[in-house]
Amino acid sequence: MDQTRAEPSIYTSDRKVGIIGYGSYIPRYRLPAREVSRVWKDGSGGIPIQEKSVAGLDEDVITMSIEAARNALKRAQIDPTSIRAVWVGSESHPYAVKPTSTVVAEAVGATPHTLAADWEFACKAATEALQASIGLIGSGMAEFTLAIGMDTAQGRPGDALEYTAAAGGAAYVIGPAEESMTVFEGSYSYVTDTPDFFRRAYEKYPEHGERFTGEPAYFKHIISAAQILMDALGTTPEDYQHAVFHQPNAKFPQKAARSLGFKPEQIQAGLLSPKIGNPYAGSALIGLTAVLDVAEAGDRILLVSYGSGAGSDAFSMQVTPALAERRSRAITTQQYLERRTEIDYATYARLRGKLMLK
Amino acid sequence: MQLPRHWRLNKQRYALEGEVCTHCQATIFPPRDICPECGEQANTPLNLSGRGQVYSFTKVVQPPESHAEQAPYTVALVKLDEGPTVTAQLTDLDEDQQPVEIGMPVEMVTRKLYSDGDRGLLIYGYKFRPLIQQS
Amino acid sequence: MKTTMTKPNTHDILVAGVGITPVGEHWDRQLRTLAFEAISAARKDAGELVPDAIYVANSLAPVLSSQTQLGALIADFAGLRGVEAYTIQAADASGGAAVRQAYLALQSGQIDIALVVGVEKISERPSAELEDALVMSGDADYEAIHGITTAAQAALLMQRYIHEFNLPENAFAGFCVNAHANGANNPLAMFQRAIEEKTYQKAGMICPPVNMFDAAPVADGAAALVLARAEVLPETPSHPQIRIAASSLATSTVALHDRPDILALRAASDSAEKAYKFANIQAKDVQLFELHDRYSIFAALALEACGFAKRGEGWKLASDGSINSDGSIPICTFGGSKARGDSAGATGVYQIAEICLQLQGRAGRNQIPDVQTGMAQCLGGTGATAATHILQRMDAS
Repeated sequence: MDQTRAEPSIYTSDRKVGIIGYGSYIPRYRLPAREVSRVWKDGSGGIPIQEKSVAGLDEDVITMSIEAARNALKRAQIDPTSIRAVWVGSESHPYAVKPTSTVVAEAVGATPHTLAADWEFACKAATEALQASIGLIGSGMAEFTLAIGMDTAQGRPGDALEYTAAAGGAAYVIGPAEESMTVFEGSYSYVTDTPDFFRRAYEKYPEHGERFTGEPAYFKHIISAAQILMDALGTTPEDYQHAVFHQPNAKFPQKAARSLGFKPEQIQAGLLSPKIGNPYAGSALIGLTAVLDVAEAGDRILLVSYGSGAGSDAFSMQVTPALAERRSRAITTQQYLERRTEIDYATYARLRGKLMLK
Repeated sequence: MQLPRHWRLNKQRYALEGEVCTHCQATIFPPRDICPECGEQANTPLNLSGRGQVYSFTKVVQPPESHAEQAPYTVALVKLDEGPTVTAQLTDLDEDQQPVEIGMPVEMVTRKLYSDGDRGLLIYGYKFRPLIQQS
Repeated sequence: MKTTMTKPNTHDILVAGVGITPVGEHWDRQLRTLAFEAISAARKDAGELVPDAIYVANSLAPVLSSQTQLGALIADFAGLRGVEAYTIQAADASGGAAVRQAYLALQSGQIDIALVVGVEKISERPSAELEDALVMSGDADYEAIHGITTAAQAALLMQRYIHEFNLPENAFAGFCVNAHANGANNPLAMFQRAIEEKTYQKAGMICPPVNMFDAAPVADGAAALVLARAEVLPETPSHPQIRIAASSLATSTVALHDRPDILALRAASDSAEKAYKFANIQAKDVQLFELHDRYSIFAALALEACGFAKRGEGWKLASDGSINSDGSIPICTFGGSKARGDSAGATGVYQIAEICLQLQGRAGRNQIPDVQTGMAQCLGGTGATAATHILQRMDAS
């Protein structure tokens, strides 16, 4: 890591901020990775995950965000009109121009006195919104925001990404620490111009750099962001009960955890990729909801996202007693995981719009 | 593209915004300003909970052209807990795990009702799915 | 439901002539030419009377044929340019509604002779586009947007009916069997072959539980009536004179879900009640009933709504043969929508024309013997509009 400049400072705010409520959403359809392998490789070769979640015909980032947001609001128990920013991060917003956020804001009752915007930075689009939320509330400009990460990710048929590109995500009501179920101690962002994965404007499927997406991209940014944050806070992996990393597959987050000095059990609760794949901007955030479904008061959690292009947002937070009180007010991520209908490749192709209908 | 026609129904479609009649306490959906029960003026908005039961249902396999891309789908009459009945699609069904039955408890979800071709408006609104009980 | 028809009519309104075209796919005929065929036949039957006003019953021309203002168009092409003319639209009840309007105008004395013509060109579009057009009779913002079809609406009704009354399998078979038995005797019917009950039992589903034989075919057709006040007609008519003993129309909710009781066709029962009262008869006096059988469930519900069966028992009249031509309340005597063919907004005119032929003894192989009082009822959508007419022979005892 290049240390020629002065030590970077992490993001903190005088007014402390935390998570007031959280909610996830996973559609019920699952495409086993072996199905992709069956069609494209005659069943040979390894598979990077067990199965991935697929959105139904009537679902998209807007509909899924609305449900996750409703779950978050059930836990938060705040008046939706007190939300002053609705920010949705995704790589698959339904419109190229017309915000996802305004539909979500209208649906949850946050309009008209609110900010609304769609965020983009590959898989870290939503954690950018989370950073901005901490700023908005930490500065006293607003009491509550809604930050959502959600995707219906697409992979080119037959490509390695087709095994894992999945649908799902999570919503967070962010607000003052006094009312929070977890409180942010500090956050940090590490960003460079690294073209590991991208999609040009009118292309349907993304390009990726295969092995280039590993060391110089995912690992470099996640490990740098995590390490710099922990160094600045004076924490080490032993201080954390849970860590959640962005999960493009099953192996990468486990390897990142090991490199940083985390044990497998520390990332277990939030490791969802084997069962749902990689819901892109929703990945790290939905992993966090699975942790929040089981975490205890006093637990310290590290959240590190990764977005291609490239960058990582890292957050360190501590759980308050409020989590246990509010957690049962909405459907858990485990319940969404268990709600499962297996589909074959043909059904998947239809659901994902890969059939030429005209 | 019928933009105003759908835009003006957003609150009803997204949040089941109906009315309650302050005279006879009937819940009305969709809002219609004259209570169909007692005939008095009814303008007080009320968001319905979205909980209800299947009153009747059927499967559409020969869709109208407008909905051709969606078929097959199940449509139902859903009797909401507050009293009104609505017509809507049922979604997230798994006939093997849980076949649809009259009386089945359902809950409202916001889904894509209609896509006006590749260039037009995406219309969102209420559908109903089998109730997911909170644990 | 309060009736406003408390005064006896001051005029006898008679059917002076009827004209019917076959229901089918008339690829080579336009709206105007199809209408003209029926009009010519009716006017010929009426001794070439010249109407003072024309009422066109049509519900789909603006959507399927991009044509509005059918009144003026058909008046012109029927050689009646300049005559007062309109379209009357109430979905599938347009036919009955048009007769109702003609009746009212004749009663007012402002016109002496009216021409009612129902006409539809259905075959202009592929069936999926037709479905979108047909469901416009439902609630656009609260039913059609969800992808409902007319078959789905019938299925929702039938499913609930079966559930509430615990029906046996194939309870509705008799409606189809009767309709086709009668259609087999009607040279103008779209389907002229009898169907066995076992064919119904094996039929494929359209929208469960509605199967292929629960649903009437919708196709092109035109039927026309010349109506007149008795005093303007010649003293020596060529056919027995038929009087409109009652004419009524009532409405209910457009959306099925807005009805307090979806299995009670309120518009049908309100309209029938008004008609019985005006004609001073009861259900038991009706000797044949041309009802709305676009789907078999409507036939069952109409029989209940009009007092021929108790709630939940309309299907039994099909099961036990009461609806057959030799039964206690024959229906679909020329095949009904199911076998003669349904022509949407024109069907209501077909129904009345067929009753006239029955009452006049001109029904050929479809003749029900010794009938003097008949009833016609057509419904718009799932029963949002119901138009009911009672016809009687003038020389009825």
